[in-house]
Amino acid sequence: MLEVSGLRVSYGGIQAVRGITFHVNEGEMVALIGANGAGKSSTLRALSRLLDPAGGSVRYRGKELLALPPHGLVAEGIALVPEGRGVFPRMTSLENLYMGAYARNDKAAIARDLEHVLGLFPRLKERAQQVAGTLSGGEQQMLAIGRALMSKPRLLLLDEPSMGLAPIMVQKIFEVIRAVASEGMTILLVEQNAKLALEVSQRGYVMESGEITVTDESNKLLADPKVRAAYLGE
Amino acid sequence: MDTLLQQLINGLTLGAVYALVALGYTMVYGIIGLINFAHGEVVMIGTMVAFTVIVSLAGSGMPPLLILGIGLLVAVLACMILGWALERVAYRPLRHAPRLTPLITAIGMSIVLQNVAMIIWGRNYITFPPMINKEIFEVGGASFTNVQVAIVCLAALVMLGLTYLVQRTRIGMAMRATAQNPHVALLMGVDINRVIAMAFIIGSALGALAGCMVGSYYEIAHYQMGFMLGLKAFTAAVLGGIGNMAGAMAGGLLLGIIEALGAGYIGDLTGDFLGSHYQDIFAFVVLIIVLMFRPSGLFGERTGDRA
Repeated sequence: MLEVSGLRVSYGGIQAVRGITFHVNEGEMVALIGANGAGKSSTLRALSRLLDPAGGSVRYRGKELLALPPHGLVAEGIALVPEGRGVFPRMTSLENLYMGAYARNDKAAIARDLEHVLGLFPRLKERAQQVAGTLSGGEQQMLAIGRALMSKPRLLLLDEPSMGLAPIMVQKIFEVIRAVASEGMTILLVEQNAKLALEVSQRGYVMESGEITVTDESNKLLADPKVRAAYLGE
Repeated sequence: MDTLLQQLINGLTLGAVYALVALGYTMVYGIIGLINFAHGEVVMIGTMVAFTVIVSLAGSGMPPLLILGIGLLVAVLACMILGWALERVAYRPLRHAPRLTPLITAIGMSIVLQNVAMIIWGRNYITFPPMINKEIFEVGGASFTNVQVAIVCLAALVMLGLTYLVQRTRIGMAMRATAQNPHVALLMGVDINRVIAMAFIIGSALGALAGCMVGSYYEIAHYQMGFMLGLKAFTAAVLGGIGNMAGAMAGGLLLGIIEALGAGYIGDLTGDFLGSHYQDIFAFVVLIIVLMFRPSGLFGERTGDRA
């Protein structure tokens, strides 16, 4: 579904991503793990065109994504849950969710999807009229995921969904990610919490200073002594 | 206390105009963090265009109110195009430049527009032909004209409409989202360039309307009139909290009233040492006080680091 080849990202003179190649198949969840600063988030930001890659190609369902205007990605079915959540702080939760559906105009289906999202996150229903900036970090993360789902994506990009959250909240968020995946959503998950990421995903890529160094099925990566030593704190 | 009532009425009229112009500053600032110092000149061009249209139609035998309406409409359309062009030509190429660059460009555009207006409409004061038969109403020792009533009512109507647009419509949602987080708005599929252009177009339309109000209220126009008006409206926007639309409306009204009261009482307070022609100092005293004690303004929630 998504084929990335030779993707390069640089900030000034520094190469954050050095020509990486990977792919995501339809219906699978793929984890991109690695230490802080390995280039995971830069990769996602380049895929979602929050920054312009220095080179490479990103093919999605046979289309070259880098040729599209950045605001056109959502209509192609790609949604990013950005690092740090990025909710619209002075809009209500409900308005944030409707912003997720901004590129759509099928009113009836939007209303159905809203019900679905509020079903996944009952907490958001309670907070529907609350301004998003006053929500807790976990609630904001729920809102950001819900908002991305409101665009009815085929490919969901998740950037560090566990970051800065209490363990119980991380558990809740990952339950929902699992539920969304089980409905057949294709997911690319970037996560510093490697254990968690490998437990929910089918395949994984390990990034190290801008390059992909190891790739395998997630359960094999979980068992790999080198990965365990480097990323699982053993 | 007829002076008090009279000055409150005058202040309300003036404040309505300031509020409309302040909205133009605040909408653009809220979205791209630029203080568009050429906005005052857009207002001036609006007045001038309305003037030209009204004068050229004055002998045509059309009803005066229709002529006024056409003048207003043409001015609004002209300024919408001007606002769009300003953004497209002067600011968009500088979207990723350091913040000071577009600010200086804005000052440059203001000078350019002033000079263009001077070439077209001349250096002298222009008398705005009165299109409305002035009627004077008296209430409790204070008097006001039908022109003042029209200005306040029209401004209130337009501000209500704008609030609806921003709070309830799709483009309004996109504008608010862009103001709060442009990167994420982009992810949601918002065409940021279009939203920015809309902020300039809407702001300029409001400015043109305000320009026509000033023209019909004072019945004169001048190619430099946009400078002081723009500066005062900017003060109003800062007073309300720049970037905040409700703040711009409240700041405009408040500044108008402060200025009118100041002008009304300055003679009494200084033993006639300073007269009402010192009216202009009040806006700047307010600006200095706000910047010293509450730089984020009355309604401002964020203290931005934007230039």
